[in-house]
Amino acid sequence: MTSLVARQIGIPGRLQPADLDVQAGELVALVGPNGGGKTSLLRVLARIENASGVVAIDGEDLDLAPLSRRRRLLSFLPASRDVIWPIAPRDVIALGLDGPNPARVDELIGLLELGSLADRPVNRLSTGERARVLLARALVGNPKILLLDEPLSNLDPYWVLRILSILEIAAHSGQSVLVALHDLGQLPRFGRALLIADGQVQMDEAPASLMASERFEQVFRIQATQGGWEVRRQADPQSSP
Amino acid sequence: MRLLLIFLLLVAAVGHLLLPFGPLREAQAVDPELADLILIQLRLPRTLLALGYGATLGISGAALQAMFANPLASPDISGASSGAALGAVIGGYWLGLTQPLLLAACGAAGALGILTLLIALAGRRADTTTLLLAGLALALAAGAATSLALALAPSPFAFYDAYDWLMGNFADRSLAQAAAALVPASVASILLLRRAHALDLTALGEDVAASLGIKPRRLGLEVIALSAIAVGACVSVAGAIGFVGLVAPVFGRSISRGHPGSAMVPAALIGAILLAAADLVVRSVPLDRPIPVGVVTALFGTPLFVWLVVTMRRRVTA
Repeated sequence: MTSLVARQIGIPGRLQPADLDVQAGELVALVGPNGGGKTSLLRVLARIENASGVVAIDGEDLDLAPLSRRRRLLSFLPASRDVIWPIAPRDVIALGLDGPNPARVDELIGLLELGSLADRPVNRLSTGERARVLLARALVGNPKILLLDEPLSNLDPYWVLRILSILEIAAHSGQSVLVALHDLGQLPRFGRALLIADGQVQMDEAPASLMASERFEQVFRIQATQGGWEVRRQADPQSSP
Repeated sequence: MRLLLIFLLLVAAVGHLLLPFGPLREAQAVDPELADLILIQLRLPRTLLALGYGATLGISGAALQAMFANPLASPDISGASSGAALGAVIGGYWLGLTQPLLLAACGAAGALGILTLLIALAGRRADTTTLLLAGLALALAAGAATSLALALAPSPFAFYDAYDWLMGNFADRSLAQAAAALVPASVASILLLRRAHALDLTALGEDVAASLGIKPRRLGLEVIALSAIAVGACVSVAGAIGFVGLVAPVFGRSISRGHPGSAMVPAALIGAILLAAADLVVRSVPLDRPIPVGVVTALFGTPLFVWLVVTMRRRVTA
């Protein structure tokens, strides 16, 4: 079932108009070099700026959805982990809900192992701890679409793996999850990958075939080696064939 | 905690109205109608102004801090109060306006002008340094312009006359004047309070708020306009009073568990208590000349401000 339908979405000068369909339950990775347009795409999908095009979730036009409805349709996690005010993580998570639901908040506190931090001011936590709190806020309302900008950065290896499995479970339960990420090592765990560079979606395929492609190496300016990646050597006409 | 605040507010209100009790008792002994007159005509406007202005400063201070995402934003530090004073001085001494409501409009226009300039200079989410410097520059410029407007005013008594009012004074205001300040301030404050949840959500960043359907730009403009109306109207009647709008939201947030928008209600209660208490101090100090209430809030507010800056610096360096 198609969950997210985007038509002709774009931001002048940063993201060329594009169409995108995402099925319910899909786990989609957005990869690409810095400044290529991953964040712009997520922001357009979340209707954060006055962008062109139409985004519909389960047939509902996002621009027309009232405030209370939006929370059920999507949540957006920005790459920034900044919270200025000394709000307790428990309350930060609750901001993702329409009304009070302490049981659900406790569920997320348990899921992201925030128990010992739940009542400390969020702006005093470490970046990685704050990342978990903010992700919990994005997850708590159980929206149909999760738009997550680099949810895996600033995390230790345990938490990278834990959050990947949390996202897999979310997708399994029918949520569509779009994740911008830089760690190519995690790409195979996604069902679908978009390569975004120069303000447009360059490729849209399964991660394995994406990573095996020439275009992928070209865009990232890296190349595969045994068990890893290295900086791609410039094509040099002088070198032997 | 909220109950304690409401209790303190009642104590402040009743205390402000009835203290000092001596003159009331004497008047009562001579002529009960005289006592009523003192209570209704002299003391009630003063009490209402002190409580209402304090609440206004608490609400608009909390709203501005939420919008600028900065605990040092406030009506005085942003220059809004100075702008309102300038507007009211021009209205009163140059345009010859005497209608309290028209003067309130001048005050609101002055505050709005300065806040618009501040946004243009520093941006909506300015870092602390930019915000403080831009606000300071605007406040100083507005202060200088106010002095100039008074010095060159057609009335030779303008300067002397304005001294009593500019630094904050609740004495000898009529009920009509109190209404001119408090009716616009209450309407604007209620509209600000309706934006509490939206302002709470901006704590997660403007992008998250926008993804939830809030228009941060529009919200920012609304907060600016409503704060300007609320503060401008109060300044035009009772002068520019510092520090309450800065300090009340800080304590308000400790009651709202850090939520910047929900801090408006406790900040209003705290602001009202603080200003009523400050005015009680003014009335109780046995001096030949009454001191402006703004002097009292500044004397008590400065140490709190320094403490705030020091704790902020510690948090940044920690």
